[in-house]
Amino acid sequence: MGAGMQRTLFDKLWDSHVVERLPDGTCVLYIDRHLVHEVTSPQAFEGLRLAGRAVRRPEATVAVVDHNIPTSDRRRGISEPESRLQVETLEKNVAEFGVPYFPVLDPRQGIVHIVGPEQGISLPGMTIVCGDSHTSTHGALGALAFGIGTSEVEHVLATQTLLQRPAKNMLIEVSGRLPIGVTAKDMVLAIIGRIGTAGGTGHVVEYAGEAVRALDMAGRMTVCNMSIEAGARAGLIAPDETTFAYVKGRPYAPAGDAFERAVAYWRTLPADDGAHYDKRVHLDAAEIAPMVTWGTSPEAVVPITGAVPDPETEADETARAQMRRMLDYMGLSAGQRMTEVPIDVVFIGSCTNGRIEDIRAAAAVARGQRVAAGVRALVVAGSGLVKQQAEAEGLDRVLIEAGFEWREPGCSMCLGMNPDKLAPGQRCASTSNRNFEGRQGPGGRTHLVSPAMAAAAALRGRLADVREFV
Amino acid sequence: MDAFTTLTAIAAPLPLANVDTDKIIPARFLKTIKRTGLGVHLFDTLRYRADGSENPDFVLNNEPYRRAQILIAFENFGCGSSREHAPWALLDFGIRAVIAPDFADIFYNNCFKNGILPVRLPRAVCEQLMADARMGNNARVTIDLARQVVLRPNGEEIGFEIDPFRKHMLLEGLDEIGQTLQHAAQIDSFERERQASQPWLPSLHA
Repeated sequence: MGAGMQRTLFDKLWDSHVVERLPDGTCVLYIDRHLVHEVTSPQAFEGLRLAGRAVRRPEATVAVVDHNIPTSDRRRGISEPESRLQVETLEKNVAEFGVPYFPVLDPRQGIVHIVGPEQGISLPGMTIVCGDSHTSTHGALGALAFGIGTSEVEHVLATQTLLQRPAKNMLIEVSGRLPIGVTAKDMVLAIIGRIGTAGGTGHVVEYAGEAVRALDMAGRMTVCNMSIEAGARAGLIAPDETTFAYVKGRPYAPAGDAFERAVAYWRTLPADDGAHYDKRVHLDAAEIAPMVTWGTSPEAVVPITGAVPDPETEADETARAQMRRMLDYMGLSAGQRMTEVPIDVVFIGSCTNGRIEDIRAAAAVARGQRVAAGVRALVVAGSGLVKQQAEAEGLDRVLIEAGFEWREPGCSMCLGMNPDKLAPGQRCASTSNRNFEGRQGPGGRTHLVSPAMAAAAALRGRLADVREFV
Repeated sequence: MDAFTTLTAIAAPLPLANVDTDKIIPARFLKTIKRTGLGVHLFDTLRYRADGSENPDFVLNNEPYRRAQILIAFENFGCGSSREHAPWALLDFGIRAVIAPDFADIFYNNCFKNGILPVRLPRAVCEQLMADARMGNNARVTIDLARQVVLRPNGEEIGFEIDPFRKHMLLEGLDEIGQTLQHAAQIDSFERERQASQPWLPSLHA
C-alpha cells in the first residue's frame, strides 16, 4: 500500500459522500441530514417557491424553532411581532413542503443541536448540515457536520447535496486526564486559547487522546460545538463504545439487526494507523484549569486563577489596539484578578451547555446554596426532554430553591434574539459559545465559562473558581 | 445573483482583525424573512451611537466612504456565525468586494452566493491597500476578476488566487442550484446505492 491509502476519519466521511468530483476538485457532496430553524431558512424556502422547486427529501429534513422563542410560558404565543412572523413563516413552510417539524409546545422541541443527537436523527457516519455554525456539535458522534449559509440551505433543500471542496485535516490530541473541577468546556476554551479563533480555518479538526476518549457524549458535543470558535469547518470525534451506547434506543436510531449492522459499519470509520494530518496540536489535560474569557473573542481566555492581560505587552499594533478596545468594552483593567470581577447575570444553557449533564453539574454546585444578592441567574434546558429529565431528577427544585430561574427550552440568552438579553453594561457568566460585543444584547459583557463555573459565579456574585466548591 | 467582472470603486479602510458576524450584523436584526433591507444595520454597533445617531468616527459615516463598494480589513474577517445576513447586509449597503489576509470559511463561502468577491492578499499588501483606502476621494481601487488582479490607485497591479469554479460562477453570475441539478442523474443513483448499502438510515417521516 502506498502512502495516502491510510485515511483519516474526515477522509472516510468525505469519500463516502462524494456523488461526483468536478474537474477542478469541487465535489458534489451528498447530505444525509438537514436540520432547519426559523432564522436562516425563510429566504431559502422563498427561493424554492420562486424557482418552482420542491424539497428533494423532506424525510431527511427536520425543523425546529429555537432562536426567537421566549423561554417563558409559550402557550399564549409569541408577543414580539417580528419573532412571531419568523416562527409562523417556518410553520407555513414546513406545512407547504412536507418537512417534519417539532412545534414549540412539543416536548421534543429544543435547540436544533440538542434535538438532533437526542432524537437519534444525527448518527455516526452521516453528513449533517444546518444553517447554523454550531452544527459542528454533531461531529461528536463521528459525523461530518457543519454550518452553512441560507443559499446553501436552499441548495440542500433542492438537491440534497452541496458543492464543496475538501477541507484539510487537523488533529488535536489531549493526553492524560482532566483534573477535578475541569470540564469539556474548559478543554475547548483552552484549545481555542492555544490555537486562536482562526487556528482551524480551512480544516476539519479531529479531537483525540485519552482526555477526549474519557468524555461522555455531552462533553464531546461541548468540545465539537466550539470548533467553529477556533475557525474550523467542523469538529469530529471518532465513534466508539461511548458513542454506540449513546445512540442505542434513541427514537430515530436504527434498532435490532439494523443497529448491529450500523455499528459494524461505524467501527470502520476511525482513522487508519499512519493517516496523514496537515496540522497537529497537543495539549496535556493535567495542565488545563477552569477557564474564563476576559475579552470579546473566545481566544481571549485565561485560567480562573489568572488576571486580565496587559495590552501594552502586545507587540503587534493592531492586536494591541484591539486588546485595548476589548478591555474598554468589557470594563476591565489590565492586571485585574479574574476572581475579583463582579457579575450581574448568570446564564446556564445553549447548544454548548444545555444538556442534562450540564444541568446536573450546575445543580451539584448550587445544592443547598443561595444565588448572591442582586444576581439574576437563568437555567435554560436545551430541549423539552432535557427539561423533563431534570425535573424527574428534582434538579429544578434544587436550582429554584437556590434562587435560579427555571425556564422553557430555547437558545435564550446565547444570542440576544429573544426576550432573554443583557442590558447595556451588564456582566454575565455564561455557558454559551460567543463573547462578541453585543452578542447577548447591545452593550452586554460576556464571560464564557463551564456550567459548574457559572453556578459558582452565581453563588459568589463574582467570577469564582469552582474548585473551591468541590 | 449579479455577476462580478470588473469593479472600480472607493475602498474603505476597516483596520480591524477578527471582524465577527455579530459586528457585521447583530443577531437582533436577523428577524427578517427577506434578503434585502439590512444595509442600514451594517456594522450597527460601530456605526451608531447609543442614541441611534451616526458615530462620526466610523469610516462608513464619512464621505466618500458612504459610497464605498470595497472594504479593506485584516485577518479572519467574517468569523462567527453562518448567518448569510452578513453578506446580505454588506451587499445591501453596496459593498461588492472585501480584501483581507484571510476570511472565516462560512463567510467566505456565503459571499460567492451573493455576488460578493472576497479577495485574500498577504498582510503586507493589505497594509498598503489600507493606506491607499485612507486617501479619501483618491481611494479608488480596481478589481479585475477575469485577470485576477487588484489595481492600486498608483496603478500597481497585485495578483490574487481564487479557485476556478468559484471564479467561473461569479463571472457568469450563475445559479449554483441550476448547476448542481445538471448532475441530478448521478445524485439519484448515489441515493439509491446509499439506501441499499446503509438501510439503517432512517426516514424522519412519522
